[in-house]
Amino acid sequence: MSLEKLYLDVPGTTIFDAEQSRRGYHLNQFCMSLMKAANRERFKADERAYLDEWPMTEEQKRAVLARDLNWCISLGGNIYFLAKIGATDGKSFQQMAGSMTGMTEEEYRNMMINGGRSANGNRYVGEDGDAQAHRQPQGAAGGASAQTEAR
Amino acid sequence: MARITASVYTSHVPAIGAALDLGKTTEPYWQPVFAGYHFSKQWMKDNKPDVIFLVYNDHATAFSLEMIPTFAIGCADEFKPADEGWGPRPVPMVKGHPDLASHIAQSVIQDDFDLTIVNKMDVDHGLTVPLSLMCGQPQEWPCPVIPFAVNVVQYPVPSGRRCYNLGKAIRKAVESYDQPLNVHIWGTGGMSHQLQGPRAGLINREWDNAFLDKLIADPDGLASTPHIDYVREAGSEGIELVMWLIARGAMSDKQPLVRHRFYHVPASNTAVGHLILENQ
Repeated sequence: MSLEKLYLDVPGTTIFDAEQSRRGYHLNQFCMSLMKAANRERFKADERAYLDEWPMTEEQKRAVLARDLNWCISLGGNIYFLAKIGATDGKSFQQMAGSMTGMTEEEYRNMMINGGRSANGNRYVGEDGDAQAHRQPQGAAGGASAQTEAR
Repeated sequence: MARITASVYTSHVPAIGAALDLGKTTEPYWQPVFAGYHFSKQWMKDNKPDVIFLVYNDHATAFSLEMIPTFAIGCADEFKPADEGWGPRPVPMVKGHPDLASHIAQSVIQDDFDLTIVNKMDVDHGLTVPLSLMCGQPQEWPCPVIPFAVNVVQYPVPSGRRCYNLGKAIRKAVESYDQPLNVHIWGTGGMSHQLQGPRAGLINREWDNAFLDKLIADPDGLASTPHIDYVREAGSEGIELVMWLIARGAMSDKQPLVRHRFYHVPASNTAVGHLILENQ
């Protein structure tokens, strides 16, 4: 019997389940390696060469090089692993999370200061909240990721 | 005999740790967050425990995708603050309590909860940020800490009911320890937040406050909340709140005394919730 997935109807959300974990195993394990300062230095010195040491798919490597977190997540990445890339780049969790919305850093920060994103309209796919597919991207940063839009 | 006298609940947002470490606590953005813990720091001094049993989740730090224990109890002498990619937080080493931890492991495992015993692990912001919020910036933490890591990263994660019942087993274990220790149990993580995808930044103030109300008055009812409700209402990372039910389950069956309650939006991406409950 395949996995029962009760969570597929939540908009703008990818649950990190066993299937995603298998898909993203090497991508996420690469991210773990960035918890060592020496590895961060090697990665920063030549990102492509460092990525080539890992048995990741070519698309996963391109998603990392593009720093497109939505793309990484669609390929099995999980935010707590991907955060190691952001940390290596000196980015905060807020900058990382905001980058997935199409908002600028300032727009996202202001949304949070104003109480965050409402759950209204964002509970089920097919409602009309700002996290729904038909309302992307959400801000002036736009489709920072051509790859994400193309999918 | 040892006893659990109080429980503490708090979010463990990494940016809170960074704000403390970088001396930003009085900035207008952060001031209201830290103001919510003024009472708590004094309370910690006035009610210093002998041991803190600290329930948190590892954020892909000690546990990669190689091994994912659902419940892991730290039985080591000490635990090093982890380098999560930004370099380790400048906070004291966490001293464990291997004797009590091993006793709890024995009791709880024999009580049918299959814990993973961990004799070496680094601890991430999930554990060190609550300590910083409650204790400030001391040279050493005020007492030994038993880290208890719960998997809320890769599904399936444990149910709220499982967590609540595990808390009860932990209470029984502590009460059968032969030393007269005053133990606090902390449940950390949450409240509503989502760190991924176009829905990042979700906050649900109403749901969070209803969660706090039920955690105090009706934890048994709250334990029935299915996973999907956490995800839909409190964001994909809001699922961390199941860990609060472990701490609540470890409290006495009598209604607890609410010593402190605080709620604030935002800290980075997250709603900050905080409670201190004392056994009566």
